[in-house]
Amino acid sequence: MNLTLHVWRQKNAKATGAFVTYQAKDISPDMSFLEMLDVVNEDLIAKNEEPITFDHDCREGICGACGMVINGAPHGPKQRTTTCQLHMRSFKDGDELTLEPWRAEAFPIVRDLMVDRSAFDRIIASGGFITAPTGTAQDANAIPVRKENADLAMDAAACIGCGACVAACPNASAMLFTGAKVSQLALLPQGQPERYDRVLKMVSEMDASGFGSCTNHGECASACPKGISLQNIARMNRDFVKASLTDGTRDASGDTGGAG
Amino acid sequence: MELRSNAPTGPIEQRWDKHRFDMKLVNPANKRKYSIIMVGSGLAGGSGAATLAELGYNVSCFCYQDSPRRAHSIAAQGGINAAKNYRNDGDSIYRLFYDTVKGGDFRARESNVYRLAQVSVNIIDQMVAQGVPFAREYGGLLDNRSFGGAQVSRTFYARGQTGQQLLLGAYQQLERQIGLGKVKMYPRHEMLELITIDGRARGIVTRDMTTGKVESHLADAVCLATGGYGNVFYLSTNAKGCNTTANWRAYKKGAAFANPCYTQIHPTCIPVSGDHQSKLTLMSESLRNDGRVWVPKKKGDTRKPADIPEDERDYYLERKYPSFGNLAPRDIASRAAKEACDDGRGVGPGGKGVYLDFADAIKRLGSHAIAEKYGNLFEMYERITDENPYKQPMRIYPAVHYTMGGLWVDYNLQSTIPGLHVLGEANFSDHGANRLGASALMQGLADGYFIIPYTIGHYLASNKLEKITTDHPEVKKAEAAVTDRINKFLSINGKRSPTSFHRELGKIMWEYCGMARNDAGLKTALEKIPALREEFWKDVKVLGDGFSLNQSLEMAGRVADFLELGELMCLDALERKESAGGHYRTEYQDEGEAKRDDANFCHVAAWEYAGEGKKPIRNIEPLDFEYVHLATRSYK
Repeated sequence: MNLTLHVWRQKNAKATGAFVTYQAKDISPDMSFLEMLDVVNEDLIAKNEEPITFDHDCREGICGACGMVINGAPHGPKQRTTTCQLHMRSFKDGDELTLEPWRAEAFPIVRDLMVDRSAFDRIIASGGFITAPTGTAQDANAIPVRKENADLAMDAAACIGCGACVAACPNASAMLFTGAKVSQLALLPQGQPERYDRVLKMVSEMDASGFGSCTNHGECASACPKGISLQNIARMNRDFVKASLTDGTRDASGDTGGAG
Repeated sequence: MELRSNAPTGPIEQRWDKHRFDMKLVNPANKRKYSIIMVGSGLAGGSGAATLAELGYNVSCFCYQDSPRRAHSIAAQGGINAAKNYRNDGDSIYRLFYDTVKGGDFRARESNVYRLAQVSVNIIDQMVAQGVPFAREYGGLLDNRSFGGAQVSRTFYARGQTGQQLLLGAYQQLERQIGLGKVKMYPRHEMLELITIDGRARGIVTRDMTTGKVESHLADAVCLATGGYGNVFYLSTNAKGCNTTANWRAYKKGAAFANPCYTQIHPTCIPVSGDHQSKLTLMSESLRNDGRVWVPKKKGDTRKPADIPEDERDYYLERKYPSFGNLAPRDIASRAAKEACDDGRGVGPGGKGVYLDFADAIKRLGSHAIAEKYGNLFEMYERITDENPYKQPMRIYPAVHYTMGGLWVDYNLQSTIPGLHVLGEANFSDHGANRLGASALMQGLADGYFIIPYTIGHYLASNKLEKITTDHPEVKKAEAAVTDRINKFLSINGKRSPTSFHRELGKIMWEYCGMARNDAGLKTALEKIPALREEFWKDVKVLGDGFSLNQSLEMAGRVADFLELGELMCLDALERKESAGGHYRTEYQDEGEAKRDDANFCHVAAWEYAGEGKKPIRNIEPLDFEYVHLATRSYK
């Protein structure tokens, strides 16, 4: 099949960008979306035009590197699917597609469809961890974890940090990303000692990085390729309120982490 | 070149303890005076960088991705082994050691493997303490499953995303150290040269992939945790960016490259769908816990799988290896699949596939139970193939997955260049000629968490390291080499894209140095690869400039190195005149089973770079098997 692409081209963060139209010819429905772009890029190189820059790595939907807005939808039309796992059979011959980078103040454009998501790393560095230096651990089975809580923690931990939630949100909020990590660690007994301190630090870093606020649109969860639930935002809000009222010094002992 | 393993002697269970005591220490106050470079941020690099920083060292960590969280360890699906014996099924450190030596077809160093089995139990403890949400039972304790090459259940898992969860655990620990200022992180930086001064590794030259800036970074020791080189085959389960450049630069500066021909072809991957294919996707080995592998008994049988009656199916793994059945090790399962397809009994387009069938398991356990265990894998399969594995069997075929070969290291993980340490898949150490499933995650974390933190201290305390600055002539020389190479790529102005060369190399490697190799084929490859390399340097086309983000330029550099590595792999495969694990020479077999030649090849082959255009030198480290006695591997 043949498609028409309108692709955002921008040489670097400071340059002015514009949409450029390309033809994608002889595309097989079994190709992944990125393989279709590979074909377009090889054509561009043959014509001495610089190929389209986009982030990608594992191409199996787990590293979180890829992602672009396809006809207004982050990662394209298929639910719970990253751009690399989207296949051309989701489109039809003659389709026109508009490809844009994630647009958010906190994600400056690096080049074309590639953005700088280091703000996510800073949010994790501010508190998205359990302080457990190597060598200090007790036997793995010494702390039982309710299966329900372990499963909910795993649901939250499935986040791949791609940034689609931010791109989908009208406020460019990172609440789903931050909430997922806050939730995962708050649901586990190992995460209790730092639970309230953690949420304050992470929310503060999130705000400082220029992400917007949450106004309950829910676009983030609907765009999330890993199906991260809005409940994670609710859990974070609850912990944030508790922590704010007690200035993060609340003694968490005895609180084994509710399922929220 | 002298290869001294520095492996301790004495009773194997006491070797690591004794060695730890014998090694020199750097006192806590002095650690902050040392700086260490870590290249790579996967399980080995991430855990290593974080732990070294916790100890007090100043660490600089580099990765080519936009964030350390994206390293390809993240894609590991099935699980991580640990000799916890939580199932009460007879597991022990000794059994994990035994299984790993045997699984590796007696081509690994016993002392290293035993240590790996020992620290496996600490890894699980550490990862649980960090909040990795491993699968649990209703009583709140950890669950396990089985993996190939073992008759015990020792694999810990987090759904089908174990690598992701372990990597995020290590990443979070790394980010904590970044936040504390003990690790300086350099994402989107590619290492393009190793700096050696007075024979020691003292730094690296990197290119900032966003700005194009070429820069030197100096330190007291350098660690490479840069993963495997499976992408030499173009199509593999590796991430697109995985490359050999860091390792290859080190090789050309004097680090011996061990057993480059040992590549792992994973039996259960989604088959190739067409020429556009850019990578292959693994379907976790854990699926073989419940899936049954079969092909039709009749050649060229094109009926739908559901229309083929039970007695016309060949469950060939169960037939040939009754005691391990569908959980035969990877190399054996891959060859058996190839054999069935070569015999004209393959299924799907081009006959390049076998079935992995869950019908019995769904009947026995219900589709809900199967979804709980493998749901995300089934979804991934359906997304790629548009077929529903709950209703019809998966079609799978072997694909390049892992490389057991890598830079040679001694017991301290130090390469043949003093001060250059190599961790994880990038080194050659623990898996011999075939890695068992769920052991890569174990080795990466063992190296990063529990081995390098001790051994690097010993290096630093035993050597007097002069202070150096970036105006040192060796530094300038290394920088100039990088800049010259970049300018060269940009000035060729040929006709072919780097990717087109990469694809062509991949085809040569797969055909002649893939699942089955032989003398004539390898010699053919050894003619084709240099010719292709020559063409590359005459006709590659890299557009754009060196001063901005340029993915074609990055690709060209990686392909150039693969074009050299591929030749070394074929040379190694040619000279290893035996079959062992993943290295299968058709001339050396016993009715389709790999036939080792212990009299002549019970050794590590460590290749030493001899200069441009010269044949590299094959050095040997003999292997002794004091505990697991050399025997023909049998899974029957």
